[in-house]
Amino acid sequence: MSSVAAADPRMRARRRAQWHRRRTVAVLLAPWAVGFLVFFAYPLLASFYYSFTHYDLLSPPRWIGLRNYEYLFNSDPQVFSAVRNTLWLIAIMVPAQVLFALGVALLLSRARRGAGVMRTIFYLPALAPIVAATLGFAYLFNPATGPVNTILSSIGIEGPLWLNGPATAKPTLVLLGLWGIGNTLIIFLAAVLDVPTHLLESAELDGASAWRRFVHVTLPTISPVLLFAIVISVIDALQYFTQAYVAAGVAQGGQAGESAKALGYPQGATLFYPIYLYEQAFSRFNMGYASAMSIMMLIVALALTLVILRNSRRWVHYQAETR
Amino acid sequence: MRLGAAAAVVLVAGAMAIGGCGSSGGSSTSSAIPTFNASEKVTITYWVPFTGGELSFVRKVINGFEHAYPNIKVNLVGNINDEKIIAASRSGNVPDAALSFTTDNTGVFCKDNTFLNLGPAIKRDGIDLANFPPAQRQYTEFQGTRCVLPAMADVYGLYYNKHMLEQAGIAGPPKTVSELAADAKKLTVRSGSSLKTVGFTPYIGFYENSGAHFGPLWGASWLQPDGKSAIASDPGWGEMAEWVKQLVDYYGNSTLVRFQAGAGGEFTSSNAFQTGKLAMNMDGEWRTALIKSETPNLQYATAPMPVADGHSQLYGGGYTTGNITGIPKGAPHPAAAWELIKYLATNVQAQVELSQDLGNVPTWIPALDRVHATASPQFQTFLAIFSNPHTTTTPITASGEASQKTLENYLEKYQAGEGGNLQQGLKQVASQIDAQEAQASVGSAP
Repeated sequence: MSSVAAADPRMRARRRAQWHRRRTVAVLLAPWAVGFLVFFAYPLLASFYYSFTHYDLLSPPRWIGLRNYEYLFNSDPQVFSAVRNTLWLIAIMVPAQVLFALGVALLLSRARRGAGVMRTIFYLPALAPIVAATLGFAYLFNPATGPVNTILSSIGIEGPLWLNGPATAKPTLVLLGLWGIGNTLIIFLAAVLDVPTHLLESAELDGASAWRRFVHVTLPTISPVLLFAIVISVIDALQYFTQAYVAAGVAQGGQAGESAKALGYPQGATLFYPIYLYEQAFSRFNMGYASAMSIMMLIVALALTLVILRNSRRWVHYQAETR
Repeated sequence: MRLGAAAAVVLVAGAMAIGGCGSSGGSSTSSAIPTFNASEKVTITYWVPFTGGELSFVRKVINGFEHAYPNIKVNLVGNINDEKIIAASRSGNVPDAALSFTTDNTGVFCKDNTFLNLGPAIKRDGIDLANFPPAQRQYTEFQGTRCVLPAMADVYGLYYNKHMLEQAGIAGPPKTVSELAADAKKLTVRSGSSLKTVGFTPYIGFYENSGAHFGPLWGASWLQPDGKSAIASDPGWGEMAEWVKQLVDYYGNSTLVRFQAGAGGEFTSSNAFQTGKLAMNMDGEWRTALIKSETPNLQYATAPMPVADGHSQLYGGGYTTGNITGIPKGAPHPAAAWELIKYLATNVQAQVELSQDLGNVPTWIPALDRVHATASPQFQTFLAIFSNPHTTTTPITASGEASQKTLENYLEKYQAGEGGNLQQGLKQVASQIDAQEAQASVGSAP
């Protein structure tokens, strides 16, 4: 009896301490939880509901079942054009950005003098506001008056139409993407500098060439970072909006704020999925349909990420596994 | 674990992409507009898209309103676009009245009384709708509900540089599109492989060039009697597309695109017509005011747009659109707001002042004569186009501007040689427009 009686206060004290700890955790988590519920869970669930409704933002939503999805898959010709353009970004821009950032990171990691200055120079564009950077690019690549074509014409080359040509608009946006690669570059640089020197030296002593050292030592070591960069870049490509929105408006001859009527210019070449989604939601006020488009985008993003992650098991090596 | 983390990243990204899908809302107050009690003192809020000098012009006219209605004070708020009006209507926190530049959104505003039905108040106050031109009556009503009034109009015509036409030996402005193309070629000056001066560019998407603005020159209609799209069945659209492409081909598509890229912003003083890079241009009546303030020495004149060959009866007409103003549902003071929008739409003095200051065309016919008497010769052209029975506008539909955008998308490709077979392309456009209309109408209130 006495031992039970002695245990009770200890149990109570432990429970009290546990309760205090849980309460502290709950209080600390509360800001995140509120943000999560208000800005993530509710919009997600609401959008899922709206995707089954006719909703023009003004009248109450009216349930129409799967009509939005039927229209999305069977009747809307522009959505396929938008999907095609977005897939182009994933197929071309994502590898280009990742490879370019990796290449520059490898070069910077080898720099012996002025490394800090070089790193700063390559990182700086990432600090430029996206709209300002895009406006700058639109000016530089103006086919009639831009400095790039002026320089090309001075050496007898007629420059392309850049953002004004349907064949060159997307590649020009890729150039803009490569220019602003700073954030990915820094992550790659940190990973490359973190590759154990002794492994590289051992490989070199064994007679491995620079290419084989990169393929068999550097690449496996930085593979988790590579995977992260690929996943983030794919998601960014799926959400690609601001640059295309601003560039289309300026290239068509309008001001940055007048881009709404130029969406997709030229000839639909820059009509990416998020741009079309925006047009449906806020220009045509088809919020129900735009919600259905959003849900599909979410599913595709999730599916692509899962595919990448599943395939990554074959080529991503984590340090814990190699020990 | 890593899969879960990645899935969370994707979910967050997706949620951010679809942010903005908020709740529906809005007041459910009565849609009737009561009679204004003249002894009641109220302050009403009026949202308009105007900014800068234009906003001050509107303020000046509203000062006149406050003088006429001493018990009503107006809080004028500028720089408001339709997205803000709609966001406010969603939240229920609406102004007493609002003005929009986009007549294509009349359907959105009128559906389900988002803006109050003005019909009973118009009847009660004895406003004769015949004093609004037919096009203005058309774009202020959707499916039998008139929820907005017209408040100044835009009209499109031909601007031409008199000096350049004289130098090229052209006696007067062209009256048919064949003459326009011939004159454009005469006026064009090439410099190597590039264009130094362009006679007239028909390029869809450049400045004010669009299918909607060119269509009336071929007498092309948007809808068949059964409400289906007439884009494929009305030969005018195909003829217009052919004409545009032929003239674009004359310049060379990429050569013309390059010229236009360096032509200067439309709403800047380096506008290609104002700087003499463009000898003739289709533009709205507002350009007269911009030329007066920015390039007053420009020797120019205006004329109705040339019409399709064989459609000479259409000459003198053109395309018109304009501003619309109404009262959102849930407005705190609908009676006073009605007096304000009625004043702006039907008071002769207000219309004349707005026309003279903003450089737009009055939408209240009794005000037209007053403006006519004092207007410049260039502006009088637009008053004449406005009054012409062949002047038309785009139909108000549930899908708003979607039909115009769909046509534009195709025409942009066709003029660049990417549109394939024209008739098949127009059929696809028509079926897309019909599908968009059906999609926009599904679930709408019966």
